[in-house]
Amino acid sequence: MNVQAWTFVIVGLSFALYIGVAIWSRASSTKEFYVAGVGVSPVANGLATAADWMSAASFISMAGLISFLGYDGSVYLMGWTGGYVLLALLLAPYLRKFGKYTVPDFVGDRYYSQVARLVAVVCAIFVSFTYVAGQMRGVGIVFSRFLEVDITFGVLIGMGLVFFYAVLGGMKGITYTQVAQYCVLIFAYLVPAIFISLLISGSALPQLGFGSVDVGSGEYLLDRLDGLHAELGFAPYTAGSKGTLDMFAITTALMVGTAGLPHVLIRFFTVPRVRDARISVGWALLFIAILYTTAPAVAVFARTNLLATVSEQPYAEVPEWFETWEDTGLIAYEDHNGDGLIQYVGANSPLENELTIDRDIMVLANPEIADLPAWVIGLVAAGGLAAALSTAAGLLLVVSSAVSHDLLKRSFRPGITERGELVAARLSAAVAVVVAGYLGIDPPGFVAEVVAFAFGLAASSFFPILILGIFWKRMNREGAIAGMISGIVFTAAYIVFFKFVDPAANVPDRWLLGISPEGIGTVGMVINFLVSTVVSLLTPPPPEAIQRLVDDIRVPKGAGPAHEIRA
Amino acid sequence: MARSTAESRNASAYWRANVRLLLRLLCVWFLVSYGFGILLVDVLNQVRIPGTGFPLGFWFAQQGSIYVFVALIFVYVWRMNRLDAEFGVAEE
Repeated sequence: MNVQAWTFVIVGLSFALYIGVAIWSRASSTKEFYVAGVGVSPVANGLATAADWMSAASFISMAGLISFLGYDGSVYLMGWTGGYVLLALLLAPYLRKFGKYTVPDFVGDRYYSQVARLVAVVCAIFVSFTYVAGQMRGVGIVFSRFLEVDITFGVLIGMGLVFFYAVLGGMKGITYTQVAQYCVLIFAYLVPAIFISLLISGSALPQLGFGSVDVGSGEYLLDRLDGLHAELGFAPYTAGSKGTLDMFAITTALMVGTAGLPHVLIRFFTVPRVRDARISVGWALLFIAILYTTAPAVAVFARTNLLATVSEQPYAEVPEWFETWEDTGLIAYEDHNGDGLIQYVGANSPLENELTIDRDIMVLANPEIADLPAWVIGLVAAGGLAAALSTAAGLLLVVSSAVSHDLLKRSFRPGITERGELVAARLSAAVAVVVAGYLGIDPPGFVAEVVAFAFGLAASSFFPILILGIFWKRMNREGAIAGMISGIVFTAAYIVFFKFVDPAANVPDRWLLGISPEGIGTVGMVINFLVSTVVSLLTPPPPEAIQRLVDDIRVPKGAGPAHEIRA
Repeated sequence: MARSTAESRNASAYWRANVRLLLRLLCVWFLVSYGFGILLVDVLNQVRIPGTGFPLGFWFAQQGSIYVFVALIFVYVWRMNRLDAEFGVAEE
């Protein structure tokens, strides 16, 4: 069977699995729709969180990014895992004890204010849509390359599937499909990584393989790669070129953003007890770490293979994968010096670079570059789809619960029936799927880049006021509203200015303190912390009842099932 | 929902113990990522992990910090469950 046939079979089987799981676990009440009836076991929740969390950016783009950035790519590795430590220690157990359904629920109740709730709803929807756009773009890339359908049609298939299980199943359906999706995506990530590790380093563990000796040359693989980089005029792979402060800022924005993302936070409302919330963060990070420690190895293997395969090769003899990716426009070759050879060189080389490669394709092209069997390539396509679809579904649920629960039930239509709320939840999920699909067909920029902005926005809006809400009883309504607004407005303005208004100015010299738009969420977060604290101290303390609520969420005892809502 | 004084004294002692544990764990968290992976990376890169091609700082940034993060959460869970029992605030 050829690659395309394998891809159809494997992707088809994985989709059938998700649909089966969704039918088995559909939701019948709002509690099941929002928080899966609070009956998810910690390990299942860890698996679901890992799939929810690991998006198209993690699966498709991250290793590619690291492969091109070398050491500088570490910001993604540390940033996207270190946030779980913050989540486990500072947020998850307390939010579970609080026991409501959504993040705006916590904000609205803790800050005894409809305005705070509405600001939180707007932030949640804004962050989620920024993020979901990246997922749908990932779905489009996979479909167009492997199934040779039009990107638009690919996105439509993806939308149809997410629609089916998110709208029907709610959180319950999503949770159990995500468990299945985690298994598909991790298998799809590890199989080619182990294959390539064995080929290049002789080690079955990619985590050790990229620190071992290269079978071909007898040198340490990292030394060989640094040597190739020096020869071709690229910056050394194992040393950085980003400024230290920028590294620091991006890592912080990603870590804190992780801990502030509503679709991740909401997962810890679904377990029965506070201690389950704590341990499920641990399981989640363990399952995530399996992929995240493999990714830098994949990056090194892919980079070495790429340089060895294309550099100074005659263009007329390029392998088949090169041509197929050229057709998608994601690889481009232009023979500037007319010698018929491919000069792929960096900024420090006297030669002119003739090859441009989209970073997003590295993971997807890697099995082909390494000449792995056709079924492995099909498997990678299924894994990429699992990663994108599971995250998209989690985000859409946040949007839908923000509309039906936070806007209707808690704000504008408190008298709505359980049945009515469930219908509203399904309708808003349906609308959100359509909007997300549109963003996927007409996407703004790189998957990982767009997603990186969502983190900045989450870091600068939610994280400070959630932390202060738990750890500082004096924190009040006025501080929270002022903090959220100043944080997200500052961050969004900085990103929009450098990315859309004046992209030409997007150079380190023009950045504030040398911090790139990817890292600016850190500054937004600091602004949010400062504004919240100062405004709180200048305005009256929160009511007695709120201070008791804070006392209550600080101890695990008496969590029980999620509370029904009291005004 | 009035609490007795003893109960609220117990709750604030529990909270202080919790915050102390958090701060200790967060120090480790900061050290392995921002410390070893970013601030001290050039110094640590002078050293290689014996028997491998990994410069130490690079390894912490791309591997070591992640392993420590996972361990930190499990340590936290284990210590918190003990604290919960000690202060009698565990769930049934």
